[in-house]
Amino acid sequence: MQGNPIRHLMNPLDFTVEELDRLFDLAGDIEKNPDKYRKACEGKKLATCFYEPSTRTRLSFEAAMINLGGEVLGFSEASSSSASKGESVSDTIRVISCYADICAMRHPKEGAAYVAASKSLIPVINAGDGGHQHPTQTLTDLLTIRSLKGSLSNFTIGLCGDLKFGRTVHSLINALTRYDNVRFVFISPEELRVPDYITDMLRNKGIAYEEVISLEDVIDKLDILYMTRVQRERFFNEEDYVRLKDFYILTKSKMDKASSDMLILHPLPRVNEISVEIDEDPRAAYFKQAQYGVYVRMALILTLLGISVD
Amino acid sequence: MLNVGKIEEGFVLDHIKAGQSLSIYHHLQLDKMDHTVAIIKNAKSDKMGKKDILKVECDIDELNLDVLGVIDKNITVNVIKAGEIVEKRELTLPKEIKHIFKCKNPRCITSIEQELPHIFFLADEKEGVYRCRYCEEKFDKRRLVQ
Repeated sequence: MQGNPIRHLMNPLDFTVEELDRLFDLAGDIEKNPDKYRKACEGKKLATCFYEPSTRTRLSFEAAMINLGGEVLGFSEASSSSASKGESVSDTIRVISCYADICAMRHPKEGAAYVAASKSLIPVINAGDGGHQHPTQTLTDLLTIRSLKGSLSNFTIGLCGDLKFGRTVHSLINALTRYDNVRFVFISPEELRVPDYITDMLRNKGIAYEEVISLEDVIDKLDILYMTRVQRERFFNEEDYVRLKDFYILTKSKMDKASSDMLILHPLPRVNEISVEIDEDPRAAYFKQAQYGVYVRMALILTLLGISVD
Repeated sequence: MLNVGKIEEGFVLDHIKAGQSLSIYHHLQLDKMDHTVAIIKNAKSDKMGKKDILKVECDIDELNLDVLGVIDKNITVNVIKAGEIVEKRELTLPKEIKHIFKCKNPRCITSIEQELPHIFFLADEKEGVYRCRYCEEKFDKRRLVQ
């Protein structure tokens, strides 16, 4: 943020590649030596301001802060906050700045976290703003790929499902464009294609991508398959949701065509887009991904608060 | 030929595409100001066949013409002082457009928080693409001629 020395996280691109390397190294150290960090945030408070329910992301943030010895306060839906009385995001964050040391905000409207960051006296982490950005999910995805594949370069990633409203997908694509030789395959029905600003950006940067409808046609050439859920709350029209929700289901027979070391990622929660029979497949990495989500949020909280542990 | 008198101080916006002068009048928010304005539609032009011209009598520091670069870089801006053309201003794409266009994305935070300023930033100078500062939705240039 210009003119504001406080560091926020709105977008995965807010951190340089070098800063991300340091963050992931820190997350790796936290994974190996959790006891070293047990009291790192003693006396610090994290506010989780969730204007729409997202138990998983909120609990991941809260677990991260508790693991660091800090405290947590906040609300988990707009109806239990002053937003229900008509308070603006700007006013809410000014007040929260008096109560906590760092804030994680989720809001159904796009750009809400940016508004908060522009008025905040404490670091704000965008924990998802509508269909726009979800940077901590992206950090989780990057850490998972880096830890399990050994590198963030030289692979083909297929992103499958709701690529139009799926903010995790948009954030991940943005972040991966900064690494060498990453190729994208977008797999979606016509109605849920990746937005034009993403494909414009890829074309401008000369990054290879293709858009297809059939997962089976491309699964054999993927190093990573990133599955997403078609989310009811992103549709204005129930009929469209019902028509598209079962478009892609990853089954054992599809996985038989994939390479033996292809990684399956999913931001979770899953509904039915990955058959439960896949869970035992060693290529299924989505539950490990949730664990990496806690490590990377711990590393992020420490970094934004400027706390280092020797 | 219709004659409109000279202005003492202000702007003459020439080479406006025929039919666009009224929308420019609104985008410059001249409807909200008290200046003397002449709108000339479908004037003969050697270069364009037909063109519109807008004459605005005002203090030259008072009118923000940034938006013109977004609408059409080929518009000629003549700056008038003491009844004479003192400058022909070249139009460029402003880095930011504030308070002129509203973001139409129903999922944008500006759709529910009325007091927020509507801001678009220049995301791609080559293509002249603007995006909302909050939701990054692309500004639809078709709105400029509505």
